[in-house]
Amino acid sequence: MIATIIIGMDNAFEILGSYVITFAVIGGFTWRVLRQGRRLADQVDDDQKYWT
Amino acid sequence: MTTTTPAPATTPTRTRGTGTTATRLLGIATVVMLGWLVAFGLGFSPADRDQDEAVRIMYVHVPTVWVAYVALGVTALCSALYLFTKKHSLGFDRFAGASAEIAVVFMALTLVSGMLWGKITWGVYWAWDARLTSFALLFISTIGYLAVRSLGGSHQQRAKRSAIVGLLVVLEIPLVHWSVRLWNSLHQEPSVLDTDGDVSIEGLMLFSLFVGVIAFTLLYVWLLLHRTRSMAMADLLDDVGLDQALADRRAEGASS
Repeated sequence: MIATIIIGMDNAFEILGSYVITFAVIGGFTWRVLRQGRRLADQVDDDQKYWT
Repeated sequence: MTTTTPAPATTPTRTRGTGTTATRLLGIATVVMLGWLVAFGLGFSPADRDQDEAVRIMYVHVPTVWVAYVALGVTALCSALYLFTKKHSLGFDRFAGASAEIAVVFMALTLVSGMLWGKITWGVYWAWDARLTSFALLFISTIGYLAVRSLGGSHQQRAKRSAIVGLLVVLEIPLVHWSVRLWNSLHQEPSVLDTDGDVSIEGLMLFSLFVGVIAFTLLYVWLLLHRTRSMAMADLLDDVGLDQALADRRAEGASS
């Protein structure tokens, strides 16, 4: 149903573009935050991590 | 004859990542809400009488600017707490820094979705309008805050100078928010509350916007927790590296 609405939408490029860019950037930033956290967590003992 | 076996040497455990049960649950809730946002924003909510389908951009544009403002507010609050409490806790400084990083990302998204919306309603991606220009200035100022954080010095020096800049940057938010009323602006008046404080949208459109705001707020909290934990570990490793360098230098001095 949603796909049908989207295909028939006026200005689909701008509307879909805003969603695609938003979710892509959020996904990329989230991936970077998680990867950095994992890299650092491998070098620090658990007793020094206040959240563990 | 009884033999005693030595106890195995205990090695400190190192859990992977910065997640906990709470953040995992928060992450799941965020993903569910983001799914709802797509469903309602692109599917279930109706087209607008004036803006037609273009109104669907509002469901990502308004929540991103909401998170950007909240994130900058948290940066300012934590900067003030760092500066004006006796302890001068670096925890406040890390929350301020992590929140500003997230604010920059969400401000960039606000600018991009706003430009795409502007192309439909104004016919151009960009105009040197009061709201757009003041928001771009806020974006650049926040990048400046992050640049100040990355200058050298001790953690306390970093925290002090960036806290002062953080308190200055947040002063721009009222200017951005009121710019559409202070000057003639292409940008529309606030989407939810009109000038009398009444709610100007209703039904599924208001609900879709609400879903977007909740989804992005949950995402912000999740990102903030993970990023702050990473920054705490980075500071810790910095201290260890500094201690090691000092020990090496002392050893060099003693042997010569």
